[in-house]
Amino acid sequence: MRRRALLAAGFAASAAPAAGAAVPCFEPRGTGDLMVIVERARGALVVAESTHCTVVGRIEGLGDLSHASMVFSRDGRFAFVFGRDGGLSKVDLLEQRIVARIVQAGNAIGGAISNDGRIIAVANYDPGGVRLFDANSLSPLFEVPAIGADGTRSKVVGLVDTADGGFAFSLYEAGEIWLLERPDGTRAQLTKFAGVGSLPYDGNVTPDGRFYLAGLFGEDGLVLVDLWHPEAGPRRILDGYGRGQVPLPVYKMPHLEGWAAAGANLFLPAVGRHEVLVVDRKHWQEVARIPLLGQPVFVVVRPDGREAWVSFAPPHNGTVQVLDLEHLTVAETLAPGRAILHLEFAPRGDQLWLSARDDDRVLVIEPRSRRLLAALPADKPSGIFSTARAHRIGS
Amino acid sequence: MRERARAAVSVLVLVGLGDARASAVAQEAVTSARRAELVQLLRHDCGACHGLWFKGGLGPPLLPETLAEKDPEALVLTVLEGRPGTPMPPWKAFLSEEEARFLVALLRAGRVP
Repeated sequence: MRRRALLAAGFAASAAPAAGAAVPCFEPRGTGDLMVIVERARGALVVAESTHCTVVGRIEGLGDLSHASMVFSRDGRFAFVFGRDGGLSKVDLLEQRIVARIVQAGNAIGGAISNDGRIIAVANYDPGGVRLFDANSLSPLFEVPAIGADGTRSKVVGLVDTADGGFAFSLYEAGEIWLLERPDGTRAQLTKFAGVGSLPYDGNVTPDGRFYLAGLFGEDGLVLVDLWHPEAGPRRILDGYGRGQVPLPVYKMPHLEGWAAAGANLFLPAVGRHEVLVVDRKHWQEVARIPLLGQPVFVVVRPDGREAWVSFAPPHNGTVQVLDLEHLTVAETLAPGRAILHLEFAPRGDQLWLSARDDDRVLVIEPRSRRLLAALPADKPSGIFSTARAHRIGS
Repeated sequence: MRERARAAVSVLVLVGLGDARASAVAQEAVTSARRAELVQLLRHDCGACHGLWFKGGLGPPLLPETLAEKDPEALVLTVLEGRPGTPMPPWKAFLSEEEARFLVALLRAGRVP
């Protein structure tokens, strides 16, 4: 019993940078309850666990983590962290140390891991394109420069893994969607769809991996590619959802989260309109729109699909709204903290983790009662990533 | 008061004579408490697109070397009115002209606290 306690203390203490510690001093544990929090200004990660809601460690030295995101190895032990400065870091969540790190581009936005866990793909703004790396060593495999049909190089956005082992992504300036199949270097094949619409700003796949969906900034609408039938080409949906009205200013670009699907519907943040658009996933028609108090940024569905939580762009980022997905209404408006942006559910929906950037803490809320379960200290927290993402397509 | 004078002087030195008068005026017009709010907005809200360290993202870099060639008053106008056809929104609902001028001066000097 005593030994156990000591080992547990050792695990917590390994939060400090491991000074050449050869022998990991942690109790054997899984990673399934870990939440990894980005401290963007500090260039660090906080590793927390959702069983007792405690911080188990911090990993420093990850560079510029503005808009950072991460994916996980299939065993849930390693996080691959994508920094704004082109940094790609492989982090051991158990030993809480960086095991490999490269700076692979000048400016990057995110990345994905192939469904076999072997390839990391990074979406780069500068130089615009996708670079692929061996997930074990981070050694480079090859590059796909994002040169559109008009010959100009584009920033790459909305890079996700697809169910066939490849990747899908969008070219921001060129307005194209590309599919990269068999990304093993020798048999790789690119399928390009040009002229899909103006300024695709993000993209994601539906949770089943079948449909790739890109949101457009320059037009009211989204673009859909059926990955079962890419030969059918891209299809516009929700065309003209703004109904010709002048868009409202957008003080923070929305995100498309793969999780924003429940039952027959998909829930998408409108751009320049204070609404969530509800789309029927069978016919891709608008079912309803739910009026909100501001420009939605994240729309995240509780894993049981009954409610969704929405965060907002400034100046409404002190507020979140809870949507009733059965009746397609706003169930509740809450003000849990200052500068709330990122929302992440525990895998089975018993907790919602929110980053309150300007309060320097992460809030853990019981999503049904909205009761505060815990508040964890974090320095300007932004993204929160559950290791459960290791087992989801498109995350 | 002394701190404010010193800040104004350092901006004067860094941005050169062209911007000096405008920067000094901008510094004087913005109270110290409001300056902290503005720096927070610059770092985190502008930084959402332009990068926390202003090295660029979906929006272009806002580093002294990328802004040096540009007319500071045109930059102030961009901040207040936005850039139609791009994701750059108008910030005039949150910023006065003096405040926008203060932020532009900080960026051009590379001196965002």
